[in-house]
Amino acid sequence: MSEIPVAEQPAAREGAALLSVDDVSIQFGGLKALDHVSFDVREGEILGLIGPNGAGKTTCFNVMTGVYQPTSGEVRFAGSPLGRRKRFAITRLGIARTFQNIRLFGNMTALENVLVGADAHHRTNVIDALIRSPRHRREEREGEETAREVMKFLGLERRADELARNLSYGEQRRLEIARAMATKPRLLCLDEPAAGFNPAEKAQLMDLIRRIRDRGLTVLLIEHDMGLVMGVSDRVAVLEFGRKIAEGVPADVRNDPAVIAAYLGTEVDDLDDEEANL
Amino acid sequence: MTQGKASPDTESAVARTTPKSPRLGWDRGALSRRVTNLPKPAKWTLIGVLVVLLYLLPLLEIPILSTPDTDFGAVLFTVASYVLVALGLNVVLGYAGLLDLGYVGFYAVGAYTVAVLGSLQAQLSWWLLIPLAVVITTISGVLLGAPTLRVRGDYLAIVTLGFGEIIRLTALNTEWLGAAKGITGVPRPPSVELFELPHLQWEGATAVIDLDDKTKFLVFGVADQAPYYWLALTVIFIVLGADRMLRLSRVGRAWEATREDEDAAELMGVPTFKFKLLAFASGAFIGGLSGALFASRQGFINPESFQLLLSILFVAAVVVGGAGNRWGVIMGAIVVAYLPERFRGFEEWRLLVFGMALLILANFRPQGLIPPRRTRRAQAVDEQLDALEEGTDRVRDPRG
Ligand SMILES: Nc1ncnc2c1ncn2[C@@H]1O[C@H](COP(=O)(O)OP(=O)(O)OP(=O)(O)O)[C@@H](O)[C@H]1O
Ligand SMILES: [Mg+2]
Repeated sequence: MSEIPVAEQPAAREGAALLSVDDVSIQFGGLKALDHVSFDVREGEILGLIGPNGAGKTTCFNVMTGVYQPTSGEVRFAGSPLGRRKRFAITRLGIARTFQNIRLFGNMTALENVLVGADAHHRTNVIDALIRSPRHRREEREGEETAREVMKFLGLERRADELARNLSYGEQRRLEIARAMATKPRLLCLDEPAAGFNPAEKAQLMDLIRRIRDRGLTVLLIEHDMGLVMGVSDRVAVLEFGRKIAEGVPADVRNDPAVIAAYLGTEVDDLDDEEANL
Repeated sequence: MTQGKASPDTESAVARTTPKSPRLGWDRGALSRRVTNLPKPAKWTLIGVLVVLLYLLPLLEIPILSTPDTDFGAVLFTVASYVLVALGLNVVLGYAGLLDLGYVGFYAVGAYTVAVLGSLQAQLSWWLLIPLAVVITTISGVLLGAPTLRVRGDYLAIVTLGFGEIIRLTALNTEWLGAAKGITGVPRPPSVELFELPHLQWEGATAVIDLDDKTKFLVFGVADQAPYYWLALTVIFIVLGADRMLRLSRVGRAWEATREDEDAAELMGVPTFKFKLLAFASGAFIGGLSGALFASRQGFINPESFQLLLSILFVAAVVVGGAGNRWGVIMGAIVVAYLPERFRGFEEWRLLVFGMALLILANFRPQGLIPPRRTRRAQAVDEQLDALEEGTDRVRDPRG
């Protein structure tokens, strides 16, 4: 494995590792989608995860949220390995995510979508629901409080009773974030949240991501838009063909020859443009 | 938690001008919402009158409704048991989105439990038979669901289709279960004769009380079947109440989320397998209950009563009415069960007419007669009406 050494830089924010991806590999047939990838997400930071198309970013999310089991290596969250935990159990541990292609519950209202997220920690069973037990009533009340607060935070409070599939594209993207936040995660993983956004919307999103971090959440962000990632992230990790080729503060990663080479011919113009802007 | 200021975009700009927050109202169709919006006393009076009318239906002998060829009480019971079945299947198919093509299997398990333990192999009391039937059917639902609900999608349809047939064939080929000749002497619900209720008689548009035609309350006999209908109707009201409680809770949301996107639901903290199994078991519970009622009304059962076609009719009732909406599936069940009884002469044409109706429906109302949610346009209109009525400016940004 020819790993380009990355200069150790003091990170913009110091913190203990909340999530550790430790030497993770995953193979799909002959394709090594992740090849001995290691990185930490530190408590309280915004970590950008970038790389060209097909680099393995979404696969990385899928390993972290229990969708795939790594072929080798392990993921640790708050010190303990995820092991073979079920997906819903990992969510309860405190990792929540959004999807690259929006995957809302289209025929449920926006509020119900967020309530499902809030329900992640609820224990109400059939009997509770049938007899309207104190637990049911308490959890309904708490769930709705959480849901409405999160929706307000994302500027969706007026859309609460609208079916999710009737929301505008931008609202749907925010509703996905709201639903994930309602599960009260410690780590929020956003998979290309700015896809299809115009510059104004991207600027709002950057502000939103910072405000999410200010609420005490750690954010892992996959994004193709260099300006956005470099502008908002405390640190950035770069994947290419399943391998991590760089990691560090944005200023260094941007000038890393391996990163520039990885983006050569694909988004180098973008990169230059963004650099000119920054 | 820190409260962030609303993000400065168009939607929240709309929000700022109209600070009144929308009501909780996600389980309401346009009509039921109108009803819900009535003042409390008016609402309860309306519901009360409706309930009383439903109970009186077999006595009213309303000319256009009543069936000339068969006892109207019996027809009403059939319709009621279809409604019950449709409500049960709606949990599985409408809420959780699991295509169960062998629902008749649960109906059969319920019916056979009552018949076998009440007549053929033992003579248990009816009061014991009904809970027993329900428990055994629910267990059979769990046993069928546990291995099959782990695999996804189409397998379930095939496995359940097989299940329905296996139950019928097992009954057909097992001497202990009565084999082809079936089981007679199934216990009826215990009767208590309290008083007599006269029926009405119609001459044109005027009704007179017909003192020669009386229903004994509450005698579960052979000739007059109105009491069975009252029993089934009561069960329907109980099931409707339970349905509503579950639907408006974590359980109902988990079912719907699973139906909408199973992977996303799981990743949002929903243990989807557990909830699918729960939906399956609840469906089996209600299916078994209506099978048990069917057997104790009928007095005898044989494997012929549980043909595959019945499963298809059940699914049709749910889909025609609008899977996911309890009022819709009730309508669907009424259409499927009542029309053929009302127009007996057309019985041979039943399936043809049915197939055509389904085709037309699939083309023009793919969501069913009463779809589970207001369509967006209907909702927008609703909002505007509400706004006009209330004199507030709650009309929403139609851009969506
Ligand atoms: N379930 C799967 N089976 C087979 N191959 C897969 C699977 N999931 C991902 N891959 C492959 O793994 C590689 C990495 O995919 P991944 O979706 O993680 O890329 P990505 O970095 O998210 O790309 P993009 O920026 O386009 O979203 C791709 O070549 C993809 O085709
Ligand atoms: Mg991706």
